Amino acid sequence: MSPRTLVIEAAYVLSSILFILGLRSLTVPDRARRGMQLAALGMLVAIVGTLVNREIVRYDWILAGLALGAAIGYPLGVYVPMTAMPQRIAISHMFGAVAATLVGLAEYYALGQGAEVSRIQMAALGFEVLFGALTITGSFMAFGKLQEILPSRPVTFPGQNVVSLGLFAAAVALFAWLLLEPANPRAFYAMVALSLLFGASLVLPIGGADMPVVISLLNSYAGLASSATGFAIGNNVLIIAGALDGASGFILSIIMSRAMNRSFTNVLFGAFGTPSKASARTTQGLTVHAITPEDAAIQLAFARLVIVVPGYGMAVAQAQHQVRELATLIERNGGTVLYAIHPVAGRMPGHMNVLLAEADVPYDKLKEMDEINDEFKNADVALVIGANDVVNPAARSDKSSPIYGMPILNVDQAKQVIVLKRSMNPGFAGIENELFYGPNTAMLFGDAKASLSKLVQEVKGS
Amino acid sequence: MHGTSFLELYVFVLAGFVGFFTITRVPALLHTPLMSATNAISAISLVGSLVLAGADRGPLPTLLGFVAVTSATINVVGGFIITDRMLKMFKRADRRPASAPPGAGGKK
Repeated sequence: MSPRTLVIEAAYVLSSILFILGLRSLTVPDRARRGMQLAALGMLVAIVGTLVNREIVRYDWILAGLALGAAIGYPLGVYVPMTAMPQRIAISHMFGAVAATLVGLAEYYALGQGAEVSRIQMAALGFEVLFGALTITGSFMAFGKLQEILPSRPVTFPGQNVVSLGLFAAAVALFAWLLLEPANPRAFYAMVALSLLFGASLVLPIGGADMPVVISLLNSYAGLASSATGFAIGNNVLIIAGALDGASGFILSIIMSRAMNRSFTNVLFGAFGTPSKASARTTQGLTVHAITPEDAAIQLAFARLVIVVPGYGMAVAQAQHQVRELATLIERNGGTVLYAIHPVAGRMPGHMNVLLAEADVPYDKLKEMDEINDEFKNADVALVIGANDVVNPAARSDKSSPIYGMPILNVDQAKQVIVLKRSMNPGFAGIENELFYGPNTAMLFGDAKASLSKLVQEVKGS
Repeated sequence: MHGTSFLELYVFVLAGFVGFFTITRVPALLHTPLMSATNAISAISLVGSLVLAGADRGPLPTLLGFVAVTSATINVVGGFIITDRMLKMFKRADRRPASAPPGAGGKK
């Protein structure tokens, strides 16, 4: 091993260690930041190590790419608001996949259009571009939906699943052919094209509320594409980092689908958003109790334990700072405020935690579902802000409901439930929510941010 | 440097296990930073892009390499910055340090 190779390999080993330590630090919130700074250092070590590689003979395009990437990446890191985090994460999966796919394409092209590609290497290249290409378009669709360039409701047409599966089957068939006969550029490029189409058709019919699962899956695919790149060019640090990313996305997808009591297949091919009117229990004849901000404020001002249940509605209204303001007032009155975070509240894993942390809510008050569910019966007020399906008791009781079996927050056990909601329109899933008609539920209608500001005013005055 | 061997498969499988056992212990609290962190880390594919852009294997590979370097750098720079920005926001309530263990009936 030449000294140069030794330096490069040592750099890669060091950066792999730093990556793993960085991820490990995320298990302890207080150490997370320092750990991730170490991981960033690991990345720098890997980049510098690579630059002395003997294969690199010119630096002009490298410098141009680094400069342009940094010029685009810096504002994406510094200025994107926390409320835009789901789409920010989605688009970053796309960038990662673009890099992996292009490396795969160029590798194939440069090796005599596949003529010099061995079968084993073809397997690596095939996985790389398959996962890469479908992640590119899939992430872009997810980004479009979250950014609301595309409709966030499911876009469906008859026979959609057949078309999607057909595209995927055709891509896999071409892959199999390439494994037998790698020097087949047409099949290779057709496979990439089919995979691009498949990614788009896979995500297009998936609605906004299912985005946590989709983003996690795409996270996993982007990681696997990176890992396959490592196999294709024989680089262990890529394999390791990709495997870490793939594992993380995989675990998150499992946690997310479990929190919705649904399988991957159901999320991907179920087109959840189509309202199933026949199955859901009717709520006709039931009445809703509306409450004025004044009355709600009195209850909050004298409550000893308030549990806030945030949902996507809080993110849309960007009401996290008002929530914090209200909580401070309640705490000043001697009450305790905790936050119940359902795993799939919002549009990505951990969405609510990031928003509330941004509003300076201490993280030890943010409780996971299992931790807080027994506390609701002690709560004087459960304040539901723009959450719907995750508090719907139908998930426990109504076998015909599409969300039956989904673990929910036991909001209905609180002494008083106050629901902040824009109107009585059913939630994303189009399912009626019995909670809103409960005897201990009061509805405070209006924009969440405006309602919370009024509550803050009233609690201050009382 | 080209070629795929079983040794690499071992590396992949073992790294996958390490990732699995580490990441299952990440609390739901930090799932969003986890996502942006793994995304930034997997932008290590920059390493492959750098070689491609600098190896001078013809105009097309160099061009693709340039685009790949750009994309990966966006994730490296943006990903680590945004992860740090998020993690910076997660603070403990330290005004009352001697508090009961979290969730145990609340502080009254």
